[in-house]
Amino acid sequence: MILMPEPDATALARRAEIVSALRRIVPGEGVVDSETGLRAYECDALTAYRQMPMVAVLPSTTAQVAAVLSYCHENNIKVVPRGAGTSLSGGALPLADGVLLAMGKFNRVVEIDEANRCAVVQPGVTNLGISQAVKHLGLYYAPDPSSQIACTIGGNVAENSGGVHCLKYGLTTNNVLGVEIVTLEGEIIRLGGKHYDGPGYDLLGVVVGSEGMLGVVTEVTVRLLPIPPIARAVMIGFPSVEAAGDCVAAVIAAGIIPGGMEIMDKPAIAAAEAFVQAGYPLDVEALLIVELDGNEAEVDHLAAAVERIARAHGAVSVRTSASEEERLLFWAGRKAAFPAVGRLSPDYLCMDGTIPRKRIGEVLNRMKTMENEFGLRVANVFHAGDGNLHPLIMYDANIPGQLQAAEDFGAAILRLCVQMGGVLTGEHGVGIEKRDLMPEMFTQADMDQQQRLKCAFDDAGLLNPGKVFPMLCRCAELNRTHVHGDALRFPEIERF
Amino acid sequence: MSSVTPADAAELAEIVSRAAAEGAPLEIVAGGSKRGLGRFAPVARRLDISRLSGVIDYDPAELVLTARAATPLAEIAALLAGQRQMLAFEPPDWTALLGGTGAPTLGGVLAVNQSGPRRLKAGAARDHLLGFAAVNGLGQIWKAGARVVKNVTGYDMAKLQAGAFGTLSVLTEVSVKVLPRPETELTLLWPVADARAAVARMSAALNTPHEVSGAAYLPARGVVALRLEGPAPSVAHRAAALGGERLDEAASAALWHDIGAVLPVLGAHAEIWRLNPEPAAAPAVLAALHAHFPEGAAFLDWGGGLLWLGLPRANGGAVRTCLRGGHATLFAAPEDVRASADVFEPLPPPLAALTRRVKQGFDPLGILNPRRMYREF
Ligand SMILES: Cc1cc2nc3c(=O)[nH]c(=O)nc-3n(C[C@H](O)[C@H](O)[C@H](O)COP(=O)(O)OP(=O)(O)OC[C@H]3O[C@@H](n4cnc5c(N)ncnc54)[C@H](O)[C@@H]3O)c2cc1C
Repeated sequence: MILMPEPDATALARRAEIVSALRRIVPGEGVVDSETGLRAYECDALTAYRQMPMVAVLPSTTAQVAAVLSYCHENNIKVVPRGAGTSLSGGALPLADGVLLAMGKFNRVVEIDEANRCAVVQPGVTNLGISQAVKHLGLYYAPDPSSQIACTIGGNVAENSGGVHCLKYGLTTNNVLGVEIVTLEGEIIRLGGKHYDGPGYDLLGVVVGSEGMLGVVTEVTVRLLPIPPIARAVMIGFPSVEAAGDCVAAVIAAGIIPGGMEIMDKPAIAAAEAFVQAGYPLDVEALLIVELDGNEAEVDHLAAAVERIARAHGAVSVRTSASEEERLLFWAGRKAAFPAVGRLSPDYLCMDGTIPRKRIGEVLNRMKTMENEFGLRVANVFHAGDGNLHPLIMYDANIPGQLQAAEDFGAAILRLCVQMGGVLTGEHGVGIEKRDLMPEMFTQADMDQQQRLKCAFDDAGLLNPGKVFPMLCRCAELNRTHVHGDALRFPEIERF
Repeated sequence: MSSVTPADAAELAEIVSRAAAEGAPLEIVAGGSKRGLGRFAPVARRLDISRLSGVIDYDPAELVLTARAATPLAEIAALLAGQRQMLAFEPPDWTALLGGTGAPTLGGVLAVNQSGPRRLKAGAARDHLLGFAAVNGLGQIWKAGARVVKNVTGYDMAKLQAGAFGTLSVLTEVSVKVLPRPETELTLLWPVADARAAVARMSAALNTPHEVSGAAYLPARGVVALRLEGPAPSVAHRAAALGGERLDEAASAALWHDIGAVLPVLGAHAEIWRLNPEPAAAPAVLAALHAHFPEGAAFLDWGGGLLWLGLPRANGGAVRTCLRGGHATLFAAPEDVRASADVFEPLPPPLAALTRRVKQGFDPLGILNPRRMYREF
C-alpha cells in the first residue's frame, strides 16, 4: 500500500475561504466543490487508489492558470494537474488537501502550420484529436498510446507517453517542439517553439516526462509527420516466447526498424481472441506482430525479409496482411488486450518495466514461476521492439489480501527488470505506483540531484507532491548542503 | 595554467570536490576539439578527462552503446561501422570550423548537442543519450537514465546534460542509442531561383511520405539538395517519385559531410553564426540578413531550420535583429569577440532566472566551466 503525505490541517480548515478565492479567479462552474462533482476526479486509471480532492478548478485561460497557481503559492496550497485521468501510475491522484487543476477546457487546436510541419494545440486536446485535425493535409502526430481516444496531449507531455509506433517514430519527447508552462509561482514561460533546439539548457526536454511536477503545461507545439502511404502487419506464431524474443532481436540485427513490434503471450492471445476474434492462432506460446510502413516497394521488401527471419527462428505460422482491413484486424486484438484481460478478471494491475531485448525470454519465464509464488496469474502484452513489458496482473480487490499480493507481485517483477539491466517504467511514469521502488534504480545522490532540479522550478514543493520520489522535496535542506563543502551527509531521510 | 588528469570517476569527483571547497573553477576538457565553442572565459585550472576513455559495452542487437565520456568519436564510429550501425544524429566534423586540434570525443559531442544534417529526421544528439554517470559541481557522483532505449523513470536528465556545455556536471560515462546504417543513399539536386523557392521545395518534399533525411539549400550553387536513405528498392522508388538530378552514394555522402562540416560550403569568414529560425521563416531571415550584411554568405540545412552565416567582420550582435522567432548562436569567432559578445541567445527574464536556478541546482559554487554559456555564471 502506498502512503500519501499527511494532509495539511490548516489548508483543510480554510477550505471555504479557498473555494471562494478560487471562484473569484475562475467564475461560474469552473470551481467544483460538491461531493458529487468531485467524485469524477477521485482517481485516474490506477483505480486501486482513490482520494477526493479538496476542490477542483477548471480554468480556461493561461491567465487563470497563472492566477490560480500564484494564489496557491502564496497560500501554501498543493496543486495536482489533471488531463483525462488515464494515467496508469496514479500521477493524477488528487490530494485531500490539494486543488485539482483539471485542464479539460483547454481543448482547442490553436494553429496548424503546414509549412513548419507542426501544430500548436492546447493541452486538453486528445492525442487522437491532433491527428484527426491534420489528417486532411496527409499529416499526423506519431506517438499513439493505446488510450489515444481519451488521453490528452498535456498528459502525454507530462508522462512522455509512447505507443506501438514509438520504436520507429519516438516517444512524446521526440515529437514535441515547444511548450508554454506556468510555474507554481504563476510565471508563464515558453520553452522551444517551431524552431529546432531552443537556446540554453533543454528545459523543454525535462518538462516532458516531469509527471506534472515542474509546471502546468498550457500549450504544446507538436511535430507532424506525413502519413506513410501503406502499412502491412506480419503476424507470426512461435512455439516459445524465447523464440519470439530472438526473432525480434534478429529483425533489428538485420538493420530493420519496423513501425512496431509487439508480442503477446498465450494468456493474452486467448483473452484477446475471445474478445475480438482477430483470427489469432491459439496453439502457439507467443504471437509477434511486426508492422512495416512506408512506400509499397519498401514495405514489400521488408515484409519478405521479416518473414524469412521469422521462419529461420522457428515460426510455426506466418501471415502478412493482404489488405488494410486485415491489418486492422491483426491489431484489433492487441489494441483491445487490456479490456480483454479486464473481462477475465475483476481487476488488473498493468506493469511497465523495460528490459534489454535479449532478456525477454528469461524474464517471461521467471514471471511464470512467480505466478505460483504470489498465487496470481499474469497475461503479457508488450512493446517487444524496445523491450517494454506490460505484464497484466489479474486480481480481485474484493478478496482480502489480493490487492496487496498483486502489488507485491508487481514490485517483484519491476525489481527483476532492474536486475536484468532494465528500468521501472518505459512509458507509464512512476507516479505513486512505482514511487517507493525508485531506490531500486537510484541512489540517494541520484534522487537528490533530481530534486534539486525540481527546486529550480518549484521551490515550495507544492506541485504534485508525493509523486515519483519516496521522500518529499526538501529544497531548503538541499540548498544548504553546499555551504558545508564536502560534508554532505544527510540524516536518515524520512520516507512516506 | 595547471591541469589535472584523473584516472577514473572517483578521482575526478575528488578533484571537483576539492575545487568546490577552494572555490577554484575548472575548465573541463576531453579531446579539446571544441574549446573554441561558447564564450571565451579563461579558467586557470584545467580538468583533463581524456583518461576516461574506452567503450564499456556494445551489443548491436540492443542498439545501445556505453562508453566512458572521453572515448574518441572516431573509435566509436569505427566500432559501429563494423556492425553496419551508426550514431543516427550524424555528428558533423567541425574540426576546421572551430580551429580545434584535438580529437572529438563522444562526451564532447553530447555536451554541445552536436547534431548533423540527419537531425531533421532522426532527432538531435540529446535525443540519443539514454543514460549517463556524472559528477556535479559539488563533486558528487550521480547518474540518470539507463542502458535501455525506452525509459521514463525520473526526470529526463539526459536532455538537460546534453547541450549544457559542461556547466551542470562532468559526464563520466554515457549510454547512447545507435541505429542500423541505411543500406544505401542518394541525393537529388534541384535548381532553384531563390531562397523562397528553395524553402518551398524543401517543405513540399518534407511533407511527402518519402522520408527525406537531409534537406539543404546551397545558394552559391543555386540548388536544393534532398537526401534519401534506406533499402535500395525503397530509395529507387522514392527518388523516382521526387525527381531531380541524382548524386550517387559516394557523391551524396561527400556532399552531406561537407554540409555538416560547414566550411567547405560556406568558406572561411571572420565570424560564423548559426541561426535556428522557424523553417518557413528562413527566406525572410535570409533577406533581412542580406540587406544588413551584403558581404555575408549563408546556406540552409534542416529544411530551413538551420541557417549558417559567414561574415567578414564583427557585427556587434546585429545578426539577432534579423531574426523573428528562433535563436542565434555566435559560432566561430576570435577569442576577444567571444569574450565580450552574447554567444548564446540572451534569454527573456523569467527564463534567464529559471536557467540560473537550474545551474545552481547542479553547480551552486560555479566551479564547472564558469561563464562558458552566460556572462553571469
Ligand atoms: C487503456 C489504457 C491504455 C494505455 N496505453 C498507453 C500506451 O500505450 N502508452 C502510454 O504511454 N500510456 C498508455 N496509457 C497511460 C496514459 O493514457 C498516459 O499516461 C497518458 O499520457 C495520460 O494522459 P491523461 O491526459 O489521461 O493524463 P492524466 O492521467 O490526467 O495525468 C497524467 C499526469 O500528467 C499530469 N498532467 C496532466 N495534464 C497536465 C498539464 N496540462 N500540465 C502538467 N501536468 C499535467 C498529471 O498531473 C499526471 O501526473 C494507457 C492508459 C490506459 C487507461
